[in-house]
This record gives sequence, structure tokens and C-alpha cells, in this order.
Amino acid sequence: MSLPVFGPGHDPGPSFSELLRRSSVPPPAPGGSAVAQISHGTTIVAIRYADGVVMAGDRRATEGYSIAHRAIEKVYPADRHSGVSIAGAAGFAVEMVKLFQTELEHYEKVEGSALSLEGKANKLGQMVRGNLDMAMSGLAVVPIYAGYDLRRRVGRIFKYDITGGRYEEDDFHATGSGGRDARTTIKLGYREGMDREAAIELAIEGLYQAADEDSATGGPDVVRGIYPTVATITAQGFERVADAEVAERFQALIARKSAEGQQR
Amino acid sequence: MTMPFGYVSPEQAMKDRADFARKNVAKGRPLVAVVYDDGVLLCAENPSRTLHKISEIYDRIAFAGVGKYNEFDTLRTAGVRLADVKGYQYSREDVDARALANAYAQHLGQIFTHEMKPLEVEILVAEVGYEPAGDQLFHILYDGTVVDEQHFSVLGGDADAITDRLRDRFSEGMPKAGAVRAAVAALAGEDRTPVSSELEAAVLARTNGRRAFRRIELAELETLLAG
Repeated sequence: MSLPVFGPGHDPGPSFSELLRRSSVPPPAPGGSAVAQISHGTTIVAIRYADGVVMAGDRRATEGYSIAHRAIEKVYPADRHSGVSIAGAAGFAVEMVKLFQTELEHYEKVEGSALSLEGKANKLGQMVRGNLDMAMSGLAVVPIYAGYDLRRRVGRIFKYDITGGRYEEDDFHATGSGGRDARTTIKLGYREGMDREAAIELAIEGLYQAADEDSATGGPDVVRGIYPTVATITAQGFERVADAEVAERFQALIARKSAEGQQR
Repeated sequence: MTMPFGYVSPEQAMKDRADFARKNVAKGRPLVAVVYDDGVLLCAENPSRTLHKISEIYDRIAFAGVGKYNEFDTLRTAGVRLADVKGYQYSREDVDARALANAYAQHLGQIFTHEMKPLEVEILVAEVGYEPAGDQLFHILYDGTVVDEQHFSVLGGDADAITDRLRDRFSEGMPKAGAVRAAVAALAGEDRTPVSSELEAAVLARTNGRRAFRRIELAELETLLAG
């Protein structure tokens, strides 16, 4: 590969997708007709708490009525202080996350300073809008973006619609096929200024209830030891909650529900 | 045989360009890179806090340049672009310093022979390996010459004297503090102590996680120099 050096009128600036276009590597803009059997998710949730945001997502991908993957990842770090979780057509969603991660790091390195959290959220919105044609054929990608705003010193959550519309949520959000059930659960349990433990507990309860109602959302898989992905985003950065801790919390939740003989 | 008016032999033309570039690079303040137990330390005299001579290129690769700022900064940006496109198209582990150093060498060589004026820069591409044996320093000159250096590298003016001083102070597998002190002492010389606020330093460290590059801020630098 030769060194990509551009003249003053052709410089792509700090934008990575613009650079791809000028290097004749088109960014993913899928064409053609949609394939019917394509993996979909999902329930993903984000909850704001005292130190930042908790993000969580189940692990199931489905193709129609069958399970395509039991242990897919839906919660990713976007950079040091933010994370993105994805619902929708898995292939495009994973590709979008990879491009988004590269965009943020590329901007930071070229410009010498990171984008603001607001700037990153807007960038993701533009990428979702770029996928609109596919979304109209049923291959939508709908992310949640959350991060710790180092300037305002708070956790912030952004949700998106398929047109790239970006809306900031005050306290929590959940989306995907089981998003409605998770949202209701979280709405009932949410309190202002929760600590880390309470926020993780609530996210787990939300995912549990979503899996209980929605066939495309995977519950805790005790047999295989596959549990939802949980991460916290605070001033210290994006941090995956250890699988052992998530497993322990799910087992406690299941034990509690069995002991109470709950039908819900 | 008749000579056209204003004829300059190729030897003379190349020599003039090399002299021009060498003279202007030597005017700038020098920069050193030292391999230590956890990776590579880069250190330069730089009175500016914001216009960096040392920067991150990719997960395990750093860039350093001396000479004309706008010229080596253009090279830095091009390096970030090359690395990011390659890592995106293939895989992050396919991005390596050797390929990047070759791309720089070709670009610099092309400009040196074909343009009016060579670039007045000297650059370094450093990579931290997964094991100490994998640490690499590629020193690239204004005419595209690449030198693969072991242990340490010196760029810019007064390089011979600084190399001698650094050779005396260098020991294989030295800790970070030792490497910082050796680098600063080599830059300073016998009769001068550089002000720590006019030093720029950064490391590529094996223990830093995926992105190995970290700048050493002033407070940490002073602690390392004092310790």
C-alpha cells in the first residue's frame, strides 16, 4: 500500500468513511435485494446510575424461527468512555459497530483530541441514516449509544430510530424485539441515583423479563453457562462486568423467583 | 560535447538536496527513542504542549518526527490513515511498523528525487512487540533511507554526540525511570539541564492494553526524573 497523501482540496480531514471513499474502499453501503433469512436480535438496555451508565444485552441471534447463534455479542466498547449496543440485522450491525469504533479512534488520532460525547452520538446517527435503504427492506439496525460525558461529568444515553433520528434519554432505555418488556420492568424498578449493584440488578431483571415474553431474546443459559453481556461506563471508562458476577446474579434471581413460586 | 546552459550533474543535484535537507533538519531540536523493559520510550525537546513531535499511529505503533513541523505532521496523518484503512480492511493484527516504514521510505524517496525540494524531516516509526525481542525502531531519513535500529535511536541535530552519550547510559532491559533519565541526560549534554516543561515524552508499553501509546504528563515526568 502506498502512503495516502492528499492535496489540499482532496483531504478527507478526520473522517474515516470519507477517507475510505477517497481510497476507493467504499464503506459498507449494501445494495441488492434483502435475503429473507438473516439474523436478527434482541433486547438491549441502558440504565443511568450514580457513577455512569450500565449497558446490557442478551446473547441470542435468530433467523426466522430458529436460533442462529447462542452467544453473540451485542454490547461493545465504542471508545474508552462510551459503549454501543445493537439490535437488528446482525451482519450490518456488527459492521456498523466496527466502522463506528474506527471512526472515533481515527478522529482522535488525526485531530489529536477526542470528539465530544454529543459529537460521537451525532456521528452514529448519520451512520444509522446511511442504512435507511436497507432498513426499509426490513434490515434495520437500531443502536443504543451510552457514555460518560467527561465535560459534564454524567452518564448519558442516546437512542435512535431507523432514520438516524437521535434522542437523548434521561434515565434509561431498552430496544429490540423484547425492548418493550424490558422497558416496563426497568420503569417500575428505576430510582434516581442508584448504585452500581442496583443498576446491574435492574438491567438483569429487565433482560430476564424480556426473555420471558419474547422468543427472539435469549434468557440465561444455565446449561451452557451463557449469560447476557453487562458493562459499566464510568469516569474510569468502559468495563465489562465479569461473566462470573453476571452468572451469580442470574442464579440468585432464578433462586429467588423459584423460592417465591412466582408466576411472573 | 556541448553542455546546456545551467547544467547541473545528477551527483551535484543530489548532493545539494541532501545538504539542504540535512542542514535544515539539524537546526531543529533532537529526539531520542530508547527501548526499556516494558516497551519503547520516546523523548524530545519541545517547548510546545500542543504541537506534538511524538504521536500514536496504531495499537502498537508510534510516530516521531523532527524538522519542519508541517511536513512531518502531514506524514503522521498519512500514517494514521494507512494504518486505520489496513486494519479496517483486513485485521488489526495485520498492521505493522515495517510496512508503514516502507511506505514512508518510498514517499520520501520519491519526493527527494522528483520534487523541487526534499522534505526537511527525519522520522521514526516505533513498534512495541508482544515480547521484548519484538520491539522495533525504524529510522527514516529525508531521502527515504531506512535504518532498522536496535536499543535506541537518535533523530535531528547533534545526533552523533547524543548517540555517544546515550550509548554510555543505555543498558538492556532498563526500567522506565532509568530510560527517561538516560534519554534526558543524552539530550542535555554535560553542561545543560533541559527544563522538564520543555520536554515531550511518551511510551509504547506492553502493559497498556490494546492501545499501547501513552503520553507521559509533566507531573509523572518530574517524578521519573527525580526518582
